[in-house]
Amino acid sequence: MKADPKNVLTGAHYLDGNHACAEGAIAAGCKFFAGYPITPSTEIAERVSRRFPLIGGVFIQMEDELASMNAILGASWGGVRSMSCTSGPGFSLMMENFGLGLMLETPCVLVNVQRGGPSTGLPTLPGQADMMQARWGSHGDYEVIALAPDSPQESFELAVHAFNLSEKYRMPVLIMTDECVGHMTEKVVIPDADQIELIERRYTDKKPGEAWPFEETEDLVSPMLPVGQGYKFHVTGLTHDYRGYPVINAEAQHKNVSRLMDKVRKHADDIIWLEEKDVDGADVVVVSYGISSRVVQPAIQRAVKDGIKVGQIKMVTVWPFPEKRIAELAGKVKSLIMVEMNFGQVFLEMDRCAKGKCETYLVGHAGGTVHKPDEIYKTIKEAAK
Amino acid sequence: MATTEIRITGFGGQGVILCGYIIGKAASIFNGQHATLTQSFGPEARGSACSSQVVVSDTRVLYPYVTAPQVLLAMSHDGYMTHKDKVAKDCIYVYEKDLVRLEKHGPKTSAFGVPATRIAEDLGRKIVLNIVMLGFFAAVTDVVPHEALRKAVETSVPSGTEELNLKAFDKGYEYGIELKEKAEVKV
Repeated sequence: MKADPKNVLTGAHYLDGNHACAEGAIAAGCKFFAGYPITPSTEIAERVSRRFPLIGGVFIQMEDELASMNAILGASWGGVRSMSCTSGPGFSLMMENFGLGLMLETPCVLVNVQRGGPSTGLPTLPGQADMMQARWGSHGDYEVIALAPDSPQESFELAVHAFNLSEKYRMPVLIMTDECVGHMTEKVVIPDADQIELIERRYTDKKPGEAWPFEETEDLVSPMLPVGQGYKFHVTGLTHDYRGYPVINAEAQHKNVSRLMDKVRKHADDIIWLEEKDVDGADVVVVSYGISSRVVQPAIQRAVKDGIKVGQIKMVTVWPFPEKRIAELAGKVKSLIMVEMNFGQVFLEMDRCAKGKCETYLVGHAGGTVHKPDEIYKTIKEAAK
Repeated sequence: MATTEIRITGFGGQGVILCGYIIGKAASIFNGQHATLTQSFGPEARGSACSSQVVVSDTRVLYPYVTAPQVLLAMSHDGYMTHKDKVAKDCIYVYEKDLVRLEKHGPKTSAFGVPATRIAEDLGRKIVLNIVMLGFFAAVTDVVPHEALRKAVETSVPSGTEELNLKAFDKGYEYGIELKEKAEVKV
């Protein structure tokens, strides 16, 4: 399916990352937004609130983030592409119902424009310290998909991609951007609608009375049931069987949770998106995501001039983590360096996957600004020794 | 690889952010350059000294923040005092002549002043002082071509105010050209 030209603001624009993200969502056919304003994410809500009335979308400012998350789940079950945006404290409040979205296998997109934490922290300055919260912030066992844009252009593109992944795998998808990208203004080229490919929601082809909301399928993604067409069905956050009704025992739990895990794990190769540069033959590989993957580049260029063989992996998807690729590289390189705006979160995953087969380094800090290329350069020098 | 860092500073409400936005838009949308705009987002953006930063480059801007600007565009004395020493050695100071009391600067710097507020008042709307500054900036620096800046002004101001803003831009530009002809003012 192609994007609807009515929704797509084709052309070259000078937009900040938040506005670009909103345009990506609108181009992807998002027609429902519920949220509660919080710096530095509010521009997404503002943009959507101005654009939705023109294209027949519904914007609601909710009483809080708990309700916002629930509202977008409800809207999605109502058949509409839905999203919300927030930042640190709001992300914490959304965690319970984010888990509900995972359990109900509900397509929707949630954007976290990360600022410095913990607590209210640094509302107007960037951080990347919610990465493990994105992975494990709700209770229980599950897998998530999280994307990290490095620019306004990518904020647009990844918003479209996030909606596609959410429909393809029938689950909430996270966009883990940050204050720097969200508030940075750059040229954003929005293509023609017919250049934007959208994945359609999969609905059951069975008749009402014969279809169930969690039917077993080979690819582990059950088709959804449309509302208002005679299908009567029930979904619950309690452990459930294919019919969507609670079944409170170990066997049902195993089946239910395994599907949530496996539908991501078994499709990891399809979901994981890495951009690699000069990785083959490198002694040192710098791994990073989001804005950090951008500020590492001057440092890498400087180290290459010194004659060091440095490669780069930019993780466009941070979750699921590229376990296989990191394990494979660990056997080949001298060192892996993780650069992120926290004191070591995704680093822990990289270190785990390296299994001691190479040195691992973290270039991290508490947030509030992006990394200075100098700090990264020094670590590359040390890692190459 | 030519990269120019620009800091714009003034009071919140003077159009500091719009000024940066127009420079960035002119460079990236109308002149094929890369331009990244960042801005102050704290309480300072609402009344006291605030600033916006633009990095203009022939190649992709990798580090988004300004570290030592080659151009400091100052619309208030407070803003000027806050940022005047954190600049490149060859910095060009572009300042509002009636609002900024210029101090001594390094031998490689240059400075160009314009009475932008007075010019804007003569046009009937003090609010366009930032656009006068932009026209002046177009004349005394060569970061972004005049035509691209003018187009960016035209497409960035509220509809219905294009004529006034373009007039403000042209006035600032003319003032800058005349000043340049009279020779660069060294401080």
